[in-house]
Amino acid sequence: MSESAITQAGRPILEEHFETLPAQEEARKLGMWVFLITEILFFGGLFATYTVYRELYLPGFTQGSHFIEVKWGAINTAVLIVSSLTMALAIRSVQVGKRKGTTLGLLGITMLLGVVFLCIKFILEWRVDYLHHHVPGINFDYAGPHAAHVKLFFLFYFYMTGLHAIHVIVGIGILLALSYLTWRGRFSPKYYSPIEVAGLYWHFVDIIWIFLFPLLYLIGGR
Amino acid sequence: MIQVFNFGIATAASLFFPLHPPAASTIAPQVDYLYYFLTAFTLFFTFLIFAFIFYFMVKYRRRSEDEVPEEVKVSIPLELTWTLIPTAICALIFFWGSSLFFRNARPPANSMEVFVVGKQWMWQLQHANGAREINELHVPLNVPVKLTMTSEDVIHDFFVPAFRVKEDVLPGRYTSIWFQATKLGSFMFECAQMCGAFHSSMHGEVIVMKPDDFAHWLATNAPSQTMSSAGGQLFSQLGCASCHQEDSSGKYPQLAGIYGHQVTLRNGARATVDEGFLRSAIVNPNSEPVAGYSVSMPSFQGQINEVQLLDLIAYIKTLGAARKEAAIQ
Amino acid sequence: MSVAVAELATRSRVHYLNESYGVKSWLLTTDHKRIAILYMVSITFMFLVGACAAALMRIQLLEPAGAIVQPETYNKLFSIHGIIMVWFFLIPSIPAVLGNFLIPMMIGARDVAFPKLNLLSWYIYIIGACFILYTLIYGGVDTGWTFYTPYSSTYSNSHVFGAAAGVFIVGFSSILTGLNFIVTVHKMRAPGMTWFRLPLFIWSLYATSIVLVLATPVLAITLSLMAMERFLHIGIFNPAIGGDPLLFQHLFWFYSHPAVYIMVLPAMGVISELVAAYSRRRVYGYAFVAFSSFAIALIAFLVWGHHMFVSGQSVYAGMVFSALSFLVAIPSGIKVFNWTATLYKGSNSYDAPMLYALGFLGLFTMGGLTGLFLASLSIDVHLHDTYFVIAHFHYIMVGGSVMAYMGGLHYWWPKMTGRLYPDKWARFAAFTIFIGFNLTFFPQYILGYLGMLRRYAVYPAQFQALNVLSSAGASILGVGYFIPLVYLIWSMRYGREAGPNPWRAKGLEWETASPPPRENFEETPIVTEEAYAYPTRPRAVRV
Repeated sequence: MSESAITQAGRPILEEHFETLPAQEEARKLGMWVFLITEILFFGGLFATYTVYRELYLPGFTQGSHFIEVKWGAINTAVLIVSSLTMALAIRSVQVGKRKGTTLGLLGITMLLGVVFLCIKFILEWRVDYLHHHVPGINFDYAGPHAAHVKLFFLFYFYMTGLHAIHVIVGIGILLALSYLTWRGRFSPKYYSPIEVAGLYWHFVDIIWIFLFPLLYLIGGR
Repeated sequence: MIQVFNFGIATAASLFFPLHPPAASTIAPQVDYLYYFLTAFTLFFTFLIFAFIFYFMVKYRRRSEDEVPEEVKVSIPLELTWTLIPTAICALIFFWGSSLFFRNARPPANSMEVFVVGKQWMWQLQHANGAREINELHVPLNVPVKLTMTSEDVIHDFFVPAFRVKEDVLPGRYTSIWFQATKLGSFMFECAQMCGAFHSSMHGEVIVMKPDDFAHWLATNAPSQTMSSAGGQLFSQLGCASCHQEDSSGKYPQLAGIYGHQVTLRNGARATVDEGFLRSAIVNPNSEPVAGYSVSMPSFQGQINEVQLLDLIAYIKTLGAARKEAAIQ
Repeated sequence: MSVAVAELATRSRVHYLNESYGVKSWLLTTDHKRIAILYMVSITFMFLVGACAAALMRIQLLEPAGAIVQPETYNKLFSIHGIIMVWFFLIPSIPAVLGNFLIPMMIGARDVAFPKLNLLSWYIYIIGACFILYTLIYGGVDTGWTFYTPYSSTYSNSHVFGAAAGVFIVGFSSILTGLNFIVTVHKMRAPGMTWFRLPLFIWSLYATSIVLVLATPVLAITLSLMAMERFLHIGIFNPAIGGDPLLFQHLFWFYSHPAVYIMVLPAMGVISELVAAYSRRRVYGYAFVAFSSFAIALIAFLVWGHHMFVSGQSVYAGMVFSALSFLVAIPSGIKVFNWTATLYKGSNSYDAPMLYALGFLGLFTMGGLTGLFLASLSIDVHLHDTYFVIAHFHYIMVGGSVMAYMGGLHYWWPKMTGRLYPDKWARFAAFTIFIGFNLTFFPQYILGYLGMLRRYAVYPAQFQALNVLSSAGASILGVGYFIPLVYLIWSMRYGREAGPNPWRAKGLEWETASPPPRENFEETPIVTEEAYAYPTRPRAVRV
């Protein structure tokens, strides 16, 4: 068990219940994959419910979809895809042992893009929805045809994008913590599983958005 | 063979204890046969397993602490045997149970119609001639009866143990069951779906009468209005007539004869006009718009209750009948 | 003399229970064995709360008009009984207590893959339990454990939100436990511990974990949608405001039917261990038993519609779900036959855990076969929501899972505490539970076919005799559960020293000291043989 002697910045990186470092790294990666499978089912329940109601109440859902701006959805899609790229580059950077500054910079851009995404979401979209009385349960006023179903559409819109936004916020928090550890010099080409695992999570959040964008913004019968 | 065997068990057991509720519908004895077959099957296999366990535990009990048992040699034919035989038996029970269910899924065409509205915590029942009952249902002997059911609030469930029929009663849509009573007398019906504080008090009685007695009962309890004439009155009160009157403008759907026909919806799908379709067309007119009409109709949700809705639908159905009769003449 | 010295040595030996003391050393532990004990204490407490509710229900049903409480209170009793027993006792019972304790030991690991996550899942469980207890104290919930809409989302005046929140939260505890087990089994096995050398308990828990991870998130989403409808008055499931009540049932049972297998698969794993240990043989048809767990886990996801045969679902959907439900019976049958065959020419002992295992075999067979009634469409129409259903799933859940949990607890108790319990009392308790159980639940089968409905606070007078019989049985059952509670606690202090392997059983967990040291094994074991490699004599050759 000589590997338990491996330390980085003064702390052992091999937890005591693992035999070897590769075993620990593999366990972490598998753990994240299993977690992501749970997440798929979590969002999957919502997607299934959404699908059923879209089928049942198509006119109302089409109507609702007309009230949200494709423009912002499209920009946000681009923002998230670029952030996935910088995330991948950050992992690559620590893998091949580039300077700490490079990794930190890439993580920083990723987080920044996450914040841009949230700003567009909250300020340019949700705030406007609120002003237009499109928030079910809080401020909803719509008297046109299919009112109940438009309301249902907006419920799904807010629940699904809201749940996704929570995931983005959690992701930014994780990246913030990892940036600190990177700055402290915890990671090296020998040991970088936390960043890699966080990357898996970030890409997953990105992929969820790739499904949300067409479901909510695009298939409004435009 | 099986039936004789089942009958044997049933009579032997019922000497001590009733094992099944009265079998008072055409379906009931058929369900009971399957039930007793399954009971015999279950008891047989449970006792078989118990017998094997008991025998092995006694015969191969540990006689000394250092005893060495015989090695395990898995026999694939044996594994296949106890996989395939249960599979075959399961398939048999599946076909038996499903075919019985399938045969009885549709009510006969000549069924007498009764309408049921469940609400916390009572049953309102109404006959076609307008006779209303609460927590009681009078039906004639040996006549198929179809219940069309809906709920004013939560999910209820209409269950008549003696007839072996049960179906959830849902708000916002119609479900139906049918039965043909084969015994005179009164049989309890209950709400089987948890519906709130007094769920267990939401019960009543089906009273099966001789057809003559029933006709008499129906006549003496008939109100001044049948369901369809009450519906006709609503039809003009609510202003339905102003659009859906016989005219030739073609702007509004004509209702005469529409019941039971197929229509094309705006999204291209075909739908049969049944009670459920008419119901959603009244309370939620824009959910399944019929092709060819552009004017949207106001929703009547919240303006009429389930009983009135049933009256309206009964009226619309007679519109069809009137035209058919006219066509025949 | 030398015996006394040896005993003194065991007592002074450092193990997971005495390596540190104090509340903090328990509440901040990351040791899977201590977390298992934390779970054991918590679920026992919740079990007692759920059992009190059951006792009150059985007293109420002594009289047709209801003996003690108003119908509204009765509704709250069965709701809290169901919610606690399903989510706060049965689902965590075998996985979180026995699984947590044993999975690392059985595969030769020092801990589960993510010890901190393991502790976190216990805290999540506790937070969920607090919500439930809060709900209970502040007036209860009356929707039943199924939370059917629109009753739960619109009409109920009880604390639906608190209960749903508790269930929502405890779901994450299940997910994290399942995740931990999957990774542990994949990545933490000792050298030489190949998949086909794993004890069958591990196979079952692995299958269970997959179901936990895949099904539980759907429940969380479903309950959150129901809560949203309740708060925001948006028609998701209430047709009066534009929703669909059947969709709730579909989503709910998509989780809750697999949840039945979450509760029973681990029990099957325990039974495999018990049958092997007390007949001193390898389980007959190891591969068949192992793979039938996966068959069950897979088909479990495809049969949810059999809870909705009378909900207004189409006839054809009903037939498909009926056929699939029959299919799920087959692997369970295979298991029962293989366990029974293991006893043939074994060296079978009558220790208390074995009695529980035999009880399981009989009751599970009975419970499984009565499931065929309910899978059969035309009979289910009559039996749906009657006491027949209650009897059926109690035969599986109590006669099956709780029997297995009790058996497993007795089997591994010496490993967990280092002490033996009084065997005579244990056997007596096993018999009492078996008899009490049958007296309680067998009459309910008959009641069900006669038309006695579940969730009824008052009932027609002709059902009284059988209800009284059932309540009488429940009191015996209660005594049966109380006895082990007493002697197990007693044994922790006064029981005989067990030694590492009191049953002379095979398995890595028996190769280390009792109680085990913090790191489980002095040095990492190297596995060279299959599971259950008991010494046997060759098969007698027939002439």
